Amino acid sequence: MISLTRRYHFPASHRLHAAQLSDAENARLYGKCNNPFGHGHDYTLQVTISGELDATTGLLAPLARLDEFVSEKILRLFAYRNINVDVPQFASLAPTTENVALVIGDLVRRDWAEFFGDLPIWASRIHIQETDRNGFEVFLPAPEREAASDERNERVMVHA
Amino acid sequence: MLITRKTEFSASHFCRNASLSDEENRKLFGDEARFAGHGHNFVLEVSVEGEPDPITGMIVDLKELKDILEKEVVGPMDHRFLNYEVEPFSKVIPTTANIALEIWRRLEKQFASARFRLARVRLFETPDLYVDVVGQPGV
Repeated sequence: MISLTRRYHFPASHRLHAAQLSDAENARLYGKCNNPFGHGHDYTLQVTISGELDATTGLLAPLARLDEFVSEKILRLFAYRNINVDVPQFASLAPTTENVALVIGDLVRRDWAEFFGDLPIWASRIHIQETDRNGFEVFLPAPEREAASDERNERVMVHA
Repeated sequence: MLITRKTEFSASHFCRNASLSDEENRKLFGDEARFAGHGHNFVLEVSVEGEPDPITGMIVDLKELKDILEKEVVGPMDHRFLNYEVEPFSKVIPTTANIALEIWRRLEKQFASARFRLARVRLFETPDLYVDVVGQPGV
């Protein structure tokens, strides 16, 4: 299998606070990250794509298209933002790095076909760091191959 | 168990398909398509999978691994213009993916041991871009 990983950077602020817990519990659980005014990080985001190389180009995808996708669908939402306030998914979800990784994974999957529907590739991994001491990874499964769904359709037709 | 060895080589290349127009090449490859070429400090991480030998405690002799990387990759590619001086890149576009695949092919032959096998080739073109070839590439 072949995959390509591209690394991006964005600064953002956040505050870790779980609405279901008391102020004292939040302070104990999140420590400095519960500071009421929030704080910021220079996040590092890695997006990994996997699949088949295009025989004409020797690329999984043109890098400019990947950059445009990540810029438009992810960085635009997060870069220079207060994640709690500016990103709707975190209105009642604590913006831990885990949750940021999961939300980014969902966004990538949701809009993937719009940019890459013509290519036999998928986003296979999201890796995110708040600082260089901690990394969080989400692995995204390969979509069902088109051939598989064709085969299923054919079976249905034969059966009918 | 995996063991990973890192090495580097600096080389120039350009990425363009001769059967496409300048405009199409620019759209696909961006600045990588400039005909005069440009260079990178490629960083290569090669991972070998196996179990330590019961007598030596080693999966693979690191000196041997270093020599293989030197002979198959660094020697032929370091300070070279890949499109003109390193096969198969007179015919195959030296994208990061194709260079990684070629390195896999060169190394795979050298790891025909019962005790260890080539598990992964990771090639960084820049600190922000790398390609992994894992297991049988099958492409």
